Amino acid sequence: MALDPNFTQSQCPGTAPEGQIVVGRFDRIAAWARQHTVNWARRNSLWPLPFATACCGIELMATAASRYDIARFGAEVLRFSPRQADVLFVAGRVVVKMMPVLQRIYLQMAEPRWVISMGACASTSGVFNTYAVVPGIDRYMPVDVYIPGCPPRPEALLEAIMAIQRLIDDPDLAKKVRRPLGLVIERDEKIDSNDLPAALSNKPHHQPESNIS
Amino acid sequence: MTEDQVRQFLTTQFGPEGWELALLLDNPGSPKQLCIVLRDREKLLDLMYLLRNDPQWRFDQLIDLAGVDYLNYPDAQERFGVVYSLLSHESGQRLWIKMMFDEPDLRIPSVAEVWPAAGWMEREVYDLLGIVFEGHKDLRRIVCPEWFTAHPLRKDYPLRGMGERESLPVVTREDA
Repeated sequence: MALDPNFTQSQCPGTAPEGQIVVGRFDRIAAWARQHTVNWARRNSLWPLPFATACCGIELMATAASRYDIARFGAEVLRFSPRQADVLFVAGRVVVKMMPVLQRIYLQMAEPRWVISMGACASTSGVFNTYAVVPGIDRYMPVDVYIPGCPPRPEALLEAIMAIQRLIDDPDLAKKVRRPLGLVIERDEKIDSNDLPAALSNKPHHQPESNIS
Repeated sequence: MTEDQVRQFLTTQFGPEGWELALLLDNPGSPKQLCIVLRDREKLLDLMYLLRNDPQWRFDQLIDLAGVDYLNYPDAQERFGVVYSLLSHESGQRLWIKMMFDEPDLRIPSVAEVWPAAGWMEREVYDLLGIVFEGHKDLRRIVCPEWFTAHPLRKDYPLRGMGERESLPVVTREDA
């Protein structure tokens, strides 16, 4: 919440004497300072819940270890209780039997809460696109930051943590960010060629196979 | 345990009909791996009890139990088969039994009363292939979720499923 530079006396309810305007402005400054302080605290003490189901979890462990040292970003307190966690790291493929468990873990997290979908499997099911694996957890629960890679390097996970930190500072950031390449993946895994950039649409591109039946 | 011994044993117990003897492996220098192919469901439990209790064999351990779908398989007479892999700790011998049967009746007797180890393996075969083991005390799904209706290891089941994963509930940011 930033200080509104266009704030004038006419926006105050009623016509107040001088003193009340000062009090009103002080309230706004106090609210801004409080929000700033809360954001600063949240940003630098993200407690992750590692939901590691596959090899991405190994990279997650490497990120928490001394070489990459997730503590530099204040996120070293890995909590296995959703009640104590702020960020959910979904690292690995999620099968249909596990999805209700993951949703319940998400619902048990206290707000504000963020979700990082780590790796190709959690984001799209990757090479495990079968009846048993959820084709991207974002179809069934909210996701704030996606990390590409199979598995992603620890630097990519650190970048995702920094992206969460930027999100905390500016909650509207997600609406401003441009989609990479402007590609739209439909639900049946076919690329809509109308959305392809001109450089790509001229070439014959690989059409992903649809439902094999 | 030679091929002739097994053939003689089966003939005296069950007569000349209703079973076959096949060789799984015939490597020079190693013992022959024998496989009894059964097509009569009624004989399965009798054969298993005999193989476990008969002092000639004493197959006291069930190593593995697996189901096979032979849909569109060349030279297959029946669609389904259940393979039992046995081991005798006394003699170190191994034996395979293959129970072949066809649709629509997918019920075969459970061997969980012969070897309790068959319990979970029969649950897995039931879950993935839909073969019903009669006499099993707790025949529930073991791998797929309980709400699953299909049997996904059948050859006519599509790879991407029949809409099961699309029917999951959706959680939004507003849900608490």
